[in-house]
Amino acid sequence: MEAKIRRTEVAISLVLRIGVIVSVLIITVGLVVMFAHHSAYLPITGGTSYHNLTSPTTPFPHSFTALRHSIAAGEGQGIIVLGVMILVLTPVIRVAVGVLAFLNEKDVPMALVTFIVLVVLVGSFFLAQG
Amino acid sequence: MTPIDFVVSLALISVAAGVLGSLIGLGGGVVIVPVLTLLYHVDIRLAIGASIVSVIATSSGAAAAYVRERMTNLRAGMFLELATTTGALSGAYLTTLLPTRFLFAFFGLVLAYSSFATFRRRHYAEPLTVSNDRLANYFNLHGSYYDPAEQREISYKVVGTKPGLALMYLAGLVSALLGIGSGALKVPAMDSAMHLPMKVSSATSNFMIGVTAAASAGIYFIRGQIDPIIAAPVAIGVLVGATFGARLLGRVKSRTIRLVFVVVLVVISLEMLQKGFFP
Repeated sequence: MEAKIRRTEVAISLVLRIGVIVSVLIITVGLVVMFAHHSAYLPITGGTSYHNLTSPTTPFPHSFTALRHSIAAGEGQGIIVLGVMILVLTPVIRVAVGVLAFLNEKDVPMALVTFIVLVVLVGSFFLAQG
Repeated sequence: MTPIDFVVSLALISVAAGVLGSLIGLGGGVVIVPVLTLLYHVDIRLAIGASIVSVIATSSGAAAAYVRERMTNLRAGMFLELATTTGALSGAYLTTLLPTRFLFAFFGLVLAYSSFATFRRRHYAEPLTVSNDRLANYFNLHGSYYDPAEQREISYKVVGTKPGLALMYLAGLVSALLGIGSGALKVPAMDSAMHLPMKVSSATSNFMIGVTAAASAGIYFIRGQIDPIIAAPVAIGVLVGATFGARLLGRVKSRTIRLVFVVVLVVISLEMLQKGFFP
C-alpha cells in the first residue's frame, strides 16, 4: 500500500515536472522567434517602446482559430501562447492522473472526489467558450 | 524602455515573485499585479491575465518538488479542491451580481481577520495527535512529512474539515470574482481551521492554487487578457523562482514562514480595504 501511495506521489510530481519543462521550452522558442522576426525590438535603448506591445489594443491571438493561424505563420506570439496553454493544462492533467492513481490504490471515495473536481474543471473550460 | 529591456527586467522580477509565492503558498500574483500596473503602467486587465499565468507557474513549478518530498498533503489538497473549483465556478456567475466595491471591502475584512488568526497561532508548533473529525477519518486526510529544518519526521492529524471546506469555497469564489488572493484564504483555512502544520499548509495551498487558477484561465484567454509578451517573461521567471523557493521551504523555520505570510496578508488586506472604502 505504502509503495502504491509513493507511486501516486511520484506520478503526480512527474506530470507537473514534464508540463513545466515542455511549456518553458516552447515559450523560450516563441520569445527567440519573436525577437528574430522583429529586429526593432532588440536595441537596449531608443527605438520601439514596449508600450506598443502591452496596451489593451495590442493584437495577439486570443481565440483557437487565431492561434492556429498564428502558429502556422510561424509567429513568435502564437508559439508563446501555445506554451502558456500547456502550462495552464498541466494542473488539469495532474487532476486526471490523480483519478487514475486513486483507482490504482483502490481508494474509491478519493477517486470519486477527484473525478468530480475534473468534471468541474473541464466544465469551466467549456463554459468559458460559450 | 524597449521590448527587450521589458522582457529581461520583468523576467528577473518574476524570479523574486516565484520564490516568495512558492514559499508562502500564495502564488506570484501578489507581486506581479502591482509591479505591472504601478511600475510598468500596464492595463489592469492584462496584469490580471499575467497574474493567472504566474499563479499556475508557481503552483506547478513548486508542487513538482513539494509532492515528491511529501511536504504537500496530496489527499487533503485534492479533497479540498472539490470546494475551491465549485467556488470558482459559482464566482464566474456572480461577477455581475455583486458590486466590486462591496466585495473588496468584505474580503479585505475577511483577510484582515485571517492574518490576525494566523499570527495568533505562532506559538502552536506541535501538531495534533488525535482527531475526531469524521470526514478527515473517512477520507484519511491525516499525514506526515520530514522537516529538514528540525531534522525529524512530523506526523499530524487533521480536524475541522467542514469549516475548511466552507473557507475553500470562499477562496475559490474570491479568486474568480476579484482575480486575486486565491491562496490568501487557503493557507489560513488549513492552518487555523484544520490544524495542518504551517509548511504543509503552504505547500498544499501551492498545490491547489494551480487548479483554481486553471478553472478561470480559459475565460481570460478568450477575453484577450493573456498578452504573450507579458506572459512569456512572467512564466519563465516565476518557474525558475518557484523551483528555487521549493528548495527553501524545508530549510526555513515554520515560524519564519508564518511571519512572512502574515506580513504579506496584511498588505493584501489593506490593499483590498482601500479599494473597498476609498476607491
